Amino acid sequence: MELTDYKNIFVFAEQRNGVIQNVAFELLGKARDLADTTGEKVVAMLLGEKIADKAQTLIERGADEVIVVDTPILKDYLTEQYAQAIYHIIMERKPSIVLYGATTIGRDLAPRLACKLHTGLVADCTKLTIEDTEDGRKEFRSTRPAFGGNLMATIVCPNTRPQMSTVRAGVMQKREAEVGRKGTITPMTIPFDESRFKVRIVKTETYDKKTLDITDAKILVSGGRGVHDAEGFKKLQGLADVMGGMVSSSRAMVDNGVMDHAYQVGQTGKTVRPQLYMACGISGAIQHLAGMEESGYIVAINKDKFAPIFNVADLGIVGDLHKIVPMLTERIKKEMDK
Amino acid sequence: MDFSYSKTEQLFLQMIRSFAENEVKPLAAEVDEEERFPVETVEKMAKLGLMGIPVPKQYGGAGGTIQMYTMAVEELSRVCATTGVILSAHTSLCVDPILEHGTEEQKMKYLPKLASGEWLGAFGLTEPNAGTDAAMQQTTAVDAGDKWILYGTKIFITNAANADVFIVMAMTDKSLGNKGISAFIVERTFKGFSIGKKEKKMGIRGSATCELIFENCEVPKENVLGKMGEGFKVAMKTLDGGRIGIASQALGIAQGAMDETVKYTKERKQFGKSIAQFQNTQFQMADLKTRVEAARLLVRSAAWKKDMGLPYSADAAMAKLYAAETAMDVTTKAVQFHGGYGYTREYPVERMMRDAKITEIYEGTSEVQRMVIAAQLFK
Amino acid sequence: MNIIVCIKQVPDTTTVKIDPVKGTLIREGVPSIMNPDDKGGLELALQFKEKYGATVTVVTMGPPQADTILREAFAMGADRAILLSDRRFAGADTLATSYALAGCIKTLDYDLIIAGRQAIDGDTAQVGPEMAEHLGLPQISYVIGAEKTAKGFLVKKELEDGVQTLEVEGACLLTVLASAYQPRYMTVSGIIEAYNREVEVWSADKIDVEETKLGLKGSPTKVFKSFPKALKPAGETFEVSEEEAVELIISKLKEKHII
Repeated sequence: MELTDYKNIFVFAEQRNGVIQNVAFELLGKARDLADTTGEKVVAMLLGEKIADKAQTLIERGADEVIVVDTPILKDYLTEQYAQAIYHIIMERKPSIVLYGATTIGRDLAPRLACKLHTGLVADCTKLTIEDTEDGRKEFRSTRPAFGGNLMATIVCPNTRPQMSTVRAGVMQKREAEVGRKGTITPMTIPFDESRFKVRIVKTETYDKKTLDITDAKILVSGGRGVHDAEGFKKLQGLADVMGGMVSSSRAMVDNGVMDHAYQVGQTGKTVRPQLYMACGISGAIQHLAGMEESGYIVAINKDKFAPIFNVADLGIVGDLHKIVPMLTERIKKEMDK
Repeated sequence: MDFSYSKTEQLFLQMIRSFAENEVKPLAAEVDEEERFPVETVEKMAKLGLMGIPVPKQYGGAGGTIQMYTMAVEELSRVCATTGVILSAHTSLCVDPILEHGTEEQKMKYLPKLASGEWLGAFGLTEPNAGTDAAMQQTTAVDAGDKWILYGTKIFITNAANADVFIVMAMTDKSLGNKGISAFIVERTFKGFSIGKKEKKMGIRGSATCELIFENCEVPKENVLGKMGEGFKVAMKTLDGGRIGIASQALGIAQGAMDETVKYTKERKQFGKSIAQFQNTQFQMADLKTRVEAARLLVRSAAWKKDMGLPYSADAAMAKLYAAETAMDVTTKAVQFHGGYGYTREYPVERMMRDAKITEIYEGTSEVQRMVIAAQLFK
Repeated sequence: MNIIVCIKQVPDTTTVKIDPVKGTLIREGVPSIMNPDDKGGLELALQFKEKYGATVTVVTMGPPQADTILREAFAMGADRAILLSDRRFAGADTLATSYALAGCIKTLDYDLIIAGRQAIDGDTAQVGPEMAEHLGLPQISYVIGAEKTAKGFLVKKELEDGVQTLEVEGACLLTVLASAYQPRYMTVSGIIEAYNREVEVWSADKIDVEETKLGLKGSPTKVFKSFPKALKPAGETFEVSEEEAVELIISKLKEKHII
């Protein structure tokens, strides 16, 4: 493998039901910064059915080129179909770096490709840099949490190409859309081996629309073990409603079935950084902190004054959330009515 | 000499610890507060084979050791002493005497159901007028040709309200004193048998301690356990084994109180530092830790002797005496370290202190243990 | 049905601490456990065994001490256990690991392969899909439900915003979420039997994979450096009446222009 044959930064532009996901824009923002340090191009890969008209939005967010594969085969994400398409693109275009969102799609797809391409893959990165090495090369470095968030590790992939990373949603900054920005749109057809399509979607059920994505919320009222049950979460929902926020949850309340995984914040859930994160009855295990400590302002309410959540909270209240939350809800209502 | 746990024992500890932590601990405060027998926990224990640990495979048991059984009682008691004594009374006081003294028919009839946990076991010796002086039995058994007729009352019977099988001592020949006592296997459904009032207790409040009432209770002839007139011997041997169980319970309570106190004293800050940093805390806790470890060695050694078939009567008494007094000492000091919080039910040490007290009393008071040890010493 | 479950021994990261001075992991006293998602996978396999009848084989790669989790798997109900243990496997990243595991599995009969979604020490979620690629099998990750059908399997997959039901034809590889499969406890008799049974120990010679693809040599990724995560300094904590607490929160939120 001749490493210098591989150039440019490719981004997998994840779409669901024809909607390009936020994480794709975030990746483009990061890819743009990286490409500008090396003078390379940013290329987005857009796969789906009837999605060609979305290519321009990717250019406006930082792509120089968008490779579009528009076919009914790629309408919904399926591992084998998507892997064949991306593999074909990579083999033909030889990128130096490929980025994917660390979503249920990206984390399913990227390792399949790493194996097809016999190359390295770094999962769930929170930081990507291109730095000068001691011997004068430019090296791509991916930093990610390890050991349950106890440790950060910077990983390199020196001898194989492309260098691939998945990046957690909500970590990178997307660029403001630059309306009218120019770029190339390249349609591509893939010679699919359909004999390998063994999986079929029976149905996809989506959770309640209103509560779609906690990573988009500006305000999160988050509940842990101290909330006790669904009844307790209603109080949190009341507070979230008056502030225009959403409710999220710690792992404990997902594991015991009170809340759905979609609302889980933390190492095995989502990384969030809302303006305000209100941790109610959350003790603050390191795995939870990993998912929310970048929040703008953290308020913690917990009965246990020794709870580790107080170590990251900007404002800590030792007290009973079941009393404080409803009172606070009423008080904010009054504030808003002023 | 080997003081380490075998690999099998380590695996067993891993299981029982996670079972205790996840299934037993969350219920402990509720079981105590509501004086509720934790039926659901016993069902779960039964599914895992915990109700028949030392029962050989041919009788439907797990084929384990007394050592493993004591580890189970210890780990359960570490989070909930009620659950610990349920297993201890069932195994040591009902399963064990049938294993030791039962006929092949009795073993085949009772052990599979007891080992699988389908049936729960209990033991009836104590009477209103026959406590430590167990020879003063007033419950009588009269030969009625094809059956025995039992008449009398037993009190303070652990597991009674939920048990299906009882090992019961009764006088078959008053003139012979101790030698006139025989042991019987009584099923809950036998005619003339009923459960009396439930005691309101200081600790182990979920363990369903009740009276047993025999009003001309009909017991089949083949349900005499051991030889006629050897009931007192059966009872004393059974209690020897039971003392290892109670010693394990006491050890578990002490360990549980240690765990809570270490955690609390590290977190609790006074005068700008954690109270674990004060030398008073450190020295006292070091002493307590030493006592707990000493108690553990006594328990392990007594269980090992029983597994090896060696005499263990005095060993069991020493283990129980020392572990029970250690449990009382550790829990009392644990409450002290917790200060005002320790006196409330917000923290489990309050319950642990109440639970610890019984270990100095039942299956022979500490005074009885001293008598047993001294008898061995001066014989 | 033959089911193969891939499991891993991991340090219990919930009890891992960082040396504040040196910035290194304090691994002493940290218990080694069966990875939770893998244990969920084993639970799924054992449920299939009860429901449809199956032989469950557990496979792990690791040092000789990893034997412990195979004994645990026996005590939970697994039928056969293989330990891939060889110095030549050491230092493997996910790709090199997947070569070794797939190399082993290739020699076995299987109808279904199950792995955990990810391991708590690395959280990469890569080895499962990589094995599936080596074996030329379809994969479904993030599995929260599965049943056998006439042709293959009907599988529920968890997405960020919902649940997808997928149908797969023939053999496949599933990666499972621990939250969907509460693992059973080991039984007492299972524990007593566990060390009387045979764990097959396989060296690199027993699998058909080029040595250059194994262990450190076969790993395309390298750790450049590792460092402890910096936590931001603590704010203020108050123990006040509920009324005061509410006022305190309101004034802070106003100060920060959040409300």
